Amino acid sequence: MAQAVTSQRGPVTGTATHKRKKRPFLLDLYSTAVGKKYVMGITGIAMMGFVLFHMIGNLKMYMGAADLDHYAHFLQTLLYPLAPKGWVLWILRGGLISMLFLHLHAAWSLTRLNRHARPVKYQSKRDYQIANFASRTMRWSGIIVLAFLVWHLLDLTFGVVNSHVGEMITHSGDEESVKSVYASVVHSFDRTPVALFYVVANILLGIHLFHGTWSIFQSLGWNNPRFNTWRRGFATGFAAIVVLGNVSFPIAVMAGIVG
Amino acid sequence: MSNHLKNITLRIWRQAGPAAKGNFETHVVDEITDEASFLEMLDILNDKLVTEGKEAVVFDHDCREGICGTCSLMIDGQAHGPQRGTATCQLHMRQFKSNDTITIEPWRASAFPIIKDLMVDRSAFDRIIESGGYITADTGGAPDANLIPISKIVADAAMDSAACIGCGACVAACPNGAANLFTGAKIAHLSRLPQGQAERYSRVEAMVETMDERFGSCTNHGECEAACPKEISIDVIALMNKDFRKAKFSNRKDLARK
Repeated sequence: MAQAVTSQRGPVTGTATHKRKKRPFLLDLYSTAVGKKYVMGITGIAMMGFVLFHMIGNLKMYMGAADLDHYAHFLQTLLYPLAPKGWVLWILRGGLISMLFLHLHAAWSLTRLNRHARPVKYQSKRDYQIANFASRTMRWSGIIVLAFLVWHLLDLTFGVVNSHVGEMITHSGDEESVKSVYASVVHSFDRTPVALFYVVANILLGIHLFHGTWSIFQSLGWNNPRFNTWRRGFATGFAAIVVLGNVSFPIAVMAGIVG
Repeated sequence: MSNHLKNITLRIWRQAGPAAKGNFETHVVDEITDEASFLEMLDILNDKLVTEGKEAVVFDHDCREGICGTCSLMIDGQAHGPQRGTATCQLHMRQFKSNDTITIEPWRASAFPIIKDLMVDRSAFDRIIESGGYITADTGGAPDANLIPISKIVADAAMDSAACIGCGACVAACPNGAANLFTGAKIAHLSRLPQGQAERYSRVEAMVETMDERFGSCTNHGECEAACPKEISIDVIALMNKDFRKAKFSNRKDLARK
């Protein structure tokens, strides 16, 4: 009988020594799939912190134009005069950009690894038991949120597609003029397609967070009978709070509550 | 009382060899008792095929009592079929109805190449075990049983992981073809017990890295837990991840002392 063709068979010794190329510590960790999942989780936490505080900060728009504009000015002049204006904000942005880059790189290389692990798909229909819509669509929700992020930055940060970004306003009682963030936001959401894209992208962000937040606990090895039962609840709650807060902004503008 | 199922249509994956192109072949089982196990149903089909001068369907099986981990089969898109916590050999025809069409496929993963029809080579699991799935014990007189006190809770938890029969359903069910549940179960089994402590961190590092070379990565779907005939919880994956992190840090410190 012909010998069966096997996957690369190493020495069958019972105590096969494991040889690996020596790399610097962090690269060594990152070269494994489990290490990349740690990076996914840690960068995920950093970006979760960002989306939560971004949402909370934007709630200021319900307190009026002056409040939101002053909050934006506060971010621009964070730690001023210790640091020059805008520097601390750019350092924070630099951190976020590197977190996003690492998250994307880990996702991309893990996806490649997974494709390689099953080159021939099942030829009949799979019947998934536990995997849900959120976990099955992480790549797509992530990519659409990324596309939204690009638009969002062009719109409200760099003003490429928003003529109101960069306008200055002097609120009553102020001596200095500040950037009119409130006016830019209202102008942005007065365009219905922009508002709709915003709503859709945020719902997808919520779906991404619903699986991602739960997933962090597993990936980072935070598994403990004391809190295992509320991991799912925490993920659902976190995603819901971020989505409800964010989606309320375009709706408020379109409904005329803000503007 | 046994009932008889009638007119079961089977769509079975046939593949002549590892490199051959496979396809589904349809066979009809006219009548079968619901007391037959799934594999007995395939035996009966094979008897018929041999009588007709055709080639029997090749599938893996051994103990047929759910403890050896040899049987496999993707049945209607589920590893080990529709019954939870059950290996294919313990799945019975009473789970199906007359006139059902049942689709049977082999496990699919690059680490599990198809040998023939429904039989795959799971020796990639042996590579993971070889790299660390053992404890090193002194030779000499056998120690007395229960010489090392182990709490009931720890013993039970270790046993839950040790229940893994290495069938590969976790890899088959995983949308990414990852072996994290298998490797996690082996690591949890040994690292929960005092005998496993000496090699705890070198083991997890070696086993995870060997796993990485052959399998996909975990995206926390939980499909493996649902497919596992021993219902091993994905908690073992979190434990493995935690120990892997600790191993990387502690091994780094130990190496620095050299």
